[in-house]
Amino acid sequence: MSPIYLYSLISMGGIAALLAAGLGYASHHFQVEQDPRVGKVEDVLPGANCGACGYAGCEAFAEAVVNGEAPVGGCPVGGDNVSTDIADIMGKDSESSDKVIAELICGGGIKETKKEGKYRGIQTCKAAHQVNGGEKVCQYSCLGFGDCESVCPFDAIEMGENGLPIINPDKCTGCGKCIEECPRNILLLAPYEAKTHIRCSSHNTGKVVRKTCEVGCIACGLCAKACPVDAIEIKDNLAVIDYDKCTGCGKCSEVCPTGTIDFDGQIIEKVEINDNCVGCTLCAKACPVDAIEGELKVQHEIIQDKCIQCGKCYEACNVSAVDLFYKENQ
Amino acid sequence: MGEFSQIVLLFISTVLVNNFILVRFLGICPFLGVSKQIETAFSMGLATTFVMTLTAAATWLINTFILEAFNLPFLRYVAFIIVIASLVQFVEMFIKKTSPVLYKALGIFLPLITTNCAIMGLALLIPLNGYSFIASVVFGFGAGVGFTLAIVLMAGLRENLEFGDVPQALKGVPITLIIAGILALSFMGFAGMISV
Repeated sequence: MSPIYLYSLISMGGIAALLAAGLGYASHHFQVEQDPRVGKVEDVLPGANCGACGYAGCEAFAEAVVNGEAPVGGCPVGGDNVSTDIADIMGKDSESSDKVIAELICGGGIKETKKEGKYRGIQTCKAAHQVNGGEKVCQYSCLGFGDCESVCPFDAIEMGENGLPIINPDKCTGCGKCIEECPRNILLLAPYEAKTHIRCSSHNTGKVVRKTCEVGCIACGLCAKACPVDAIEIKDNLAVIDYDKCTGCGKCSEVCPTGTIDFDGQIIEKVEINDNCVGCTLCAKACPVDAIEGELKVQHEIIQDKCIQCGKCYEACNVSAVDLFYKENQ
Repeated sequence: MGEFSQIVLLFISTVLVNNFILVRFLGICPFLGVSKQIETAFSMGLATTFVMTLTAAATWLINTFILEAFNLPFLRYVAFIIVIASLVQFVEMFIKKTSPVLYKALGIFLPLITTNCAIMGLALLIPLNGYSFIASVVFGFGAGVGFTLAIVLMAGLRENLEFGDVPQALKGVPITLIIAGILALSFMGFAGMISV
């Protein structure tokens, strides 16, 4: 073998071996002591580095969690699964992260709305909104080109046959990208648990709404009157729901003459407390209208006149002492 | 001319006359990529200066005592690449351990410049020019300072450009390239000032 090959091999091999040894030594010797939980927390996080938690990325969030600066349920994207996993690592109870999801507050699809003219421009909501507001007469309606669908990073939005986006509540992480994208501002973040949604954003008067959309809010105010907890308010010709107050009883959707209010659940007719009651007062604390009476450790009772059939006591009870009777044929 | 004044002249000529970015057109990638804000541009410049000085020293040693001693100049590219890459890795770990503050300031930039052509160019220019060890280190340091100067100037210009009324067609990259060209043109003015 000619010496040049030999020298090449020896010198390059020598350099490489030396550097490898140096790096190996350094990685061992200069290792920064890091709480091993940081790595574990980071592993269970989604890893999208989306920043929805308010930290620079998943690693920064994991560090903050371990340092006790961020709540274990602080990752809105991961949802309850991730917060339980983090809680396991941290040895804490997970607090519900109050998952929020995007909701469409327009019910006027192709079938329900009146159209004027034909739009042949660029097929995006943004463009249509800038030109003349698309085909539908109602200037508050969903344009239906699916800008929200294309911007959603989690494939949670799909345009339905009726020209309205259908949001998959389990895939939606509440990141808010679609809300920013929507030129009509008809998407909002609502609690995942919320059962009642008023699907209209029109500030037009009832007369105008009646002519343009079958399911628009005509601001009749029946829902606001029917709501036992004053969660609905008529603002500028539109019924607006306060999700913090709403108990999900569904009474508003029953009275709505136009079917604007979407209620996903069963309407409760009567609530009773049975013999299982141990008198823990949890139900009384949960009741938004103080309709439950009873001494501590004595069976409680529901004052039927006050009861608004919201079912909060049923959710609060730990010993299945609350019976719900649903209305039939919903 | 004494040796010291030679070194000073070499430094000035590397910073201004033969500026790595604006005259040699090396390291254009970070020059355009990390020059949106003066602050980050300066951090990038610091990290580059640091790596360049180290590279100059390390590659001179490797070149003189191994490659030239065994008459293997064709191995320069390979040898320099692995040396520079491992050196930067090593320094990164060292800084992370010893100075978290410095690591926060330079940390993210260090891996970015490891494989930059300005660094490689520097390593290859040293044996080409036949510098001594001290001259090489000064050359590396000067190249880093020149890089910092150019990138900070560029960042300052681009920051002001944010408020400028740029024609629609030139917004973004085009105007940046035009500015880079004008900046390079102005640096041409230094040509012939010193010849080392």
